[in-house]
Amino acid sequence: MRTPLSWLKQYVDIDVDPESIAHELTMAGTEVGTIEQTGGWGKVFVGEVKEINIHPNADRLRLVSVDIGSDILTVVCGAPNVAEGQKIAFAKVGAILNNPHSGGQETLKTAKIRGVESSGMVCSEEELGLGNDSSGILVLPDDAPIGIPLENYLGDTIFDLELTPNRPDCMSVIGVAREIAAITGKKIKDPDTNYTTENDPIEAHLEVNIEDPSLCSRYTASLIRDVVVGPSPTWITERLIKAGQRPINNVVDITNYVMLEYGQPLHAFDFRTINSGKIIVRQATEQETFTTLDGTERKLSPPMLVIADSNRAVALAGIMGGLNTEMTSETTTVLVEAATFNAVNTRKTSQSLRIRSESSSRFEKGLKPELALVALKRATYLIQKIAGGKVCSNIIDKYPVNEEGAPISLTLHRIKQVLGLDMKIGKARSILESLGFSINKSSTHELLVKPPYWRSDIDQTDDLIEEIARMVGYDNLPISSISTPIPNQTPDHNRNMREKIRDLMVSSGMQEVISYSLVSLKDLEKSTPSTESLNPIRLANPMSEHQEYLRTNMLSSILNALSYNLNQIRKGMKIFEIGRIYLQRKDQLPTEREILVGALTGQRWSDDWLNNSTNMDIFDAKGILEGLFGELRVDPIFEPSNNPLFAAGNAADIHYQGQHIGSVGSLHDDILRVFDIDIKPVSIFELDLDKLCKLSNKSMYKYEPISRYPGSYKDLALILDNATSSSTVKRLIERHKLVHTATLFDLYEGNELEAGTRSLAYRILFQSDKGTLTGEEINKALNDILSTLNHQIGAILRN
Amino acid sequence: MAGNDLIEEIKALEQNALIALDEAQSKESLEEWRISYIGRKGALTSILRQLPSLTPEDRRLLGSIGNKVKTNLEQSFANAEQSLTKSANTNGNPSVDVTMPGRQISIGKLHPTTQILREICDAFVGMGFQVVEGPEVEWDHYNFEKLNIPKDHPARDMWDTLWIDYENDNREKSMLMRTHTSPMQVRIMENSQPPLRVLVPGKCYRYEATDATHESQFYQVEGLVVDQGITFANLKGTLYEFARLLFGTDRKVRFRVDYFPFVEPGAEMAIDCFSCSNGEGCRVCKGTGWIEILGAGMVNPKVLEGLGYDPSIYTGFAFGMGPERIAMLKYGIDDIRLFYSNDVRFLSQF
Repeated sequence: MRTPLSWLKQYVDIDVDPESIAHELTMAGTEVGTIEQTGGWGKVFVGEVKEINIHPNADRLRLVSVDIGSDILTVVCGAPNVAEGQKIAFAKVGAILNNPHSGGQETLKTAKIRGVESSGMVCSEEELGLGNDSSGILVLPDDAPIGIPLENYLGDTIFDLELTPNRPDCMSVIGVAREIAAITGKKIKDPDTNYTTENDPIEAHLEVNIEDPSLCSRYTASLIRDVVVGPSPTWITERLIKAGQRPINNVVDITNYVMLEYGQPLHAFDFRTINSGKIIVRQATEQETFTTLDGTERKLSPPMLVIADSNRAVALAGIMGGLNTEMTSETTTVLVEAATFNAVNTRKTSQSLRIRSESSSRFEKGLKPELALVALKRATYLIQKIAGGKVCSNIIDKYPVNEEGAPISLTLHRIKQVLGLDMKIGKARSILESLGFSINKSSTHELLVKPPYWRSDIDQTDDLIEEIARMVGYDNLPISSISTPIPNQTPDHNRNMREKIRDLMVSSGMQEVISYSLVSLKDLEKSTPSTESLNPIRLANPMSEHQEYLRTNMLSSILNALSYNLNQIRKGMKIFEIGRIYLQRKDQLPTEREILVGALTGQRWSDDWLNNSTNMDIFDAKGILEGLFGELRVDPIFEPSNNPLFAAGNAADIHYQGQHIGSVGSLHDDILRVFDIDIKPVSIFELDLDKLCKLSNKSMYKYEPISRYPGSYKDLALILDNATSSSTVKRLIERHKLVHTATLFDLYEGNELEAGTRSLAYRILFQSDKGTLTGEEINKALNDILSTLNHQIGAILRN
Repeated sequence: MAGNDLIEEIKALEQNALIALDEAQSKESLEEWRISYIGRKGALTSILRQLPSLTPEDRRLLGSIGNKVKTNLEQSFANAEQSLTKSANTNGNPSVDVTMPGRQISIGKLHPTTQILREICDAFVGMGFQVVEGPEVEWDHYNFEKLNIPKDHPARDMWDTLWIDYENDNREKSMLMRTHTSPMQVRIMENSQPPLRVLVPGKCYRYEATDATHESQFYQVEGLVVDQGITFANLKGTLYEFARLLFGTDRKVRFRVDYFPFVEPGAEMAIDCFSCSNGEGCRVCKGTGWIEILGAGMVNPKVLEGLGYDPSIYTGFAFGMGPERIAMLKYGIDDIRLFYSNDVRFLSQF
């Protein structure tokens, strides 16, 4: 909210510089986002439009002659709202103005527009930095003195406040002034509200009925006859302009002025248009239509609240008035409304109709009914003072449910319990009173407190404690470490294991990436085998189709990252991600499963003077997994896989304790193509970390005794059928009780061997923990192994 | 023999000896050299033996020259012996250009978010916090309602929400991408009893147009402490300690009033700018000398009560921060979109 300093000064004395006030306000919760200094325009003057002529070369441009006192200048103007007789802000060449397109400031130069030279311009609100309106020129009040620098007329310091939703009272100049008064120890000067009335009771003309008090807890109204609608005086328009509002006419301006002043939205009706002198506050009917002030026809439905007369709706309660009862220059009798509308209903209505107004943004935060009457009196006073007129005696005040809250107790004990602060009761009392709270009862250790009518955010003791804390200043409150004992902790096995895996990946040379969990349907289709059904969770309001679904696999994430990076760096790439996938469950939150995925492609090493690098393949990926499994002390089995995402015969499923926990392999060309990857092979591994963690042994690792006796190595070269897997051979060898480990150290496939066979060579470590093995024992073991291998898988010794 | 002749002889000997020493490239030849030139029966000794036959004047002169030559030869011998020992250690290998690059080993890097998350967690774990995690897809109930943010409350505008395409029995959208890690406050309090001292890192999501400082996906770290006797002073003390651990021990902190519906009183903590040391203001702190890094507050009694805790017995504080923002401040990163666009040229810098 834009709050001019000059306006604040009407209610509170401010004798320190604006920066310190802004700082104090911010520290106490009313954040001053920016301090704007309006002015600094230089050669901008108040001028009067004398004459408007057509532009010889352009239909939408006009030539405007402006009297700036010392001179009459003609410039080109494209604003639709320019009219003869208007007072406007005229910038001469050399003036400093905002450029709405660039956002920066520029010095005005002479320009030739469609062949006509223009030395100066008529300014919009936005060009002057007074607001965001650039739809037309800024029209100044009629009594603005021609020729004076605009600086002298509209220069000010403006606080742009970033308010939190709990403080609608600070959406008003008086509200901010009250904060300043409390902080600086000053008194608030309340504005005048005393007007004179005729001997003409309002009840004779107007009847108000609230049909649903839960949606409108109070409705107050006054009636003013013989009003002269016309332009507002300068002091009102000037303040409205500085606060970012466009002046309209004196009556409407006053309702806006009082809204800005007190934070209570008001509405003025042309009373002649109200049928039968009846105001009914009721819910809209099904299919009811209503045209708001902005000329838009709205389709209403219950429980939207309308203000109606005997025949029709005349306003959308708390949101916007109706075109049918708008103030015009012919209006003479004004009905002023100040009411309290239900916050939730106002918010729902404004959201479903997509109208956000200054009024609705205040009502939706919750206003107290007491505020309505104060604002009504102030507005009535100002209308009488400015637009003249006779005010009917009495006011209408329908207040069906007066729910005055019970006073709130505040004890010194609670202050100590929450803030750790020792405070005297007198201090607490004076702080609360400085903020307008009244003390109903007080003892040595307790206060019974009633919040002021403008504070709708206070309904419990700790709300009062915040008031105390912010007035003392958070930085002045005590500070200490926690002194209570550290609670018991239970180790999080899954998290510990996951973080260990992350470290192991990095030490294996893999770069970590983190992708978006939200993906496009296309990405999911590309990364899911066509044989599997795809049932991803969809967002109801996605930002874009690129982030419309929750990912059901990690493959698309890692491949998009790979593809992106391969376009930048055409070298070897080893990346991994640990992230969640989201699997649909009926009427429950989805299963969120943690997955490790890795991708490797390109050169194993970048070329250097030591060696020429070769490309990585499935065994690089598998090697990393084996290292990982070793560290985690798990020993899963790799089995050939038919997963169609991988090239046939180039992939393995990983099983552990009978469960499928992941896979590794070289991706099929088809999938590389759809992800725009043109380097092959791309090796991928994927592990379900939730399953792995669940199955892995959580008990403490116990060491294995090292044999005291030396072991000896023997090599065994075998010829066997291609279809026999190396892991089978290894398992058969290691089954012998004297074998410690068998390591594959050579593979030979070639012409020397019979077709369909290959040779695998193992280095076998024989060792016993009972004694040193003799040559005979080892030879016998070797023969036993060979005969087992021959028997079971037809392997023969290679000579 | 005359003195002058002997001087000539000594000088010639010195020259010859040094040439011979250069040529001696083995242990054996060095030893031979030592015996023949400076040994007890060597050439130099035999010249010097002739000293007594000279006149006293010549004796003095020759004695002095002879000593200088002796010292020089002995020093040269020692040097030669040392360099021979050195070259013996090469085992006959040629020496190498040690400025050439070494054989590569490959080390990956953790994502900067992972690194900063660990730094933050470590700081709090040291203060007795336990790290727990929770679901990223949440119910409205946990993300908002139990945190004192009822439906149609204007405070909901503080969290632009991505909703799941799902409706409950009342035809309401009730499932969402969590907009903050705060729902875990509710889950933790629902499932355990005080004392509580927990830290919740995790991914969050908002309906937010992205720019250099806004992302629709980001991480948060939430903290919650509940026990008897926990005060705002503890909130200040704990977060001050954290700021010192993460940003340096001479850091100052500043607390100001802020609003979050699930805390009361609510606060925002700023640290003094570490980029412009004397608080004069710079780009990092936007000229204010202070950098806001987290929101915090005392757990609202309404939240405690809604979860069955007696707020007259238990008090607590909660806080939340954005690790990306902290990483951006620490490393001078100027665009948050770099974090999850996965450019390895960015990621491998950390």
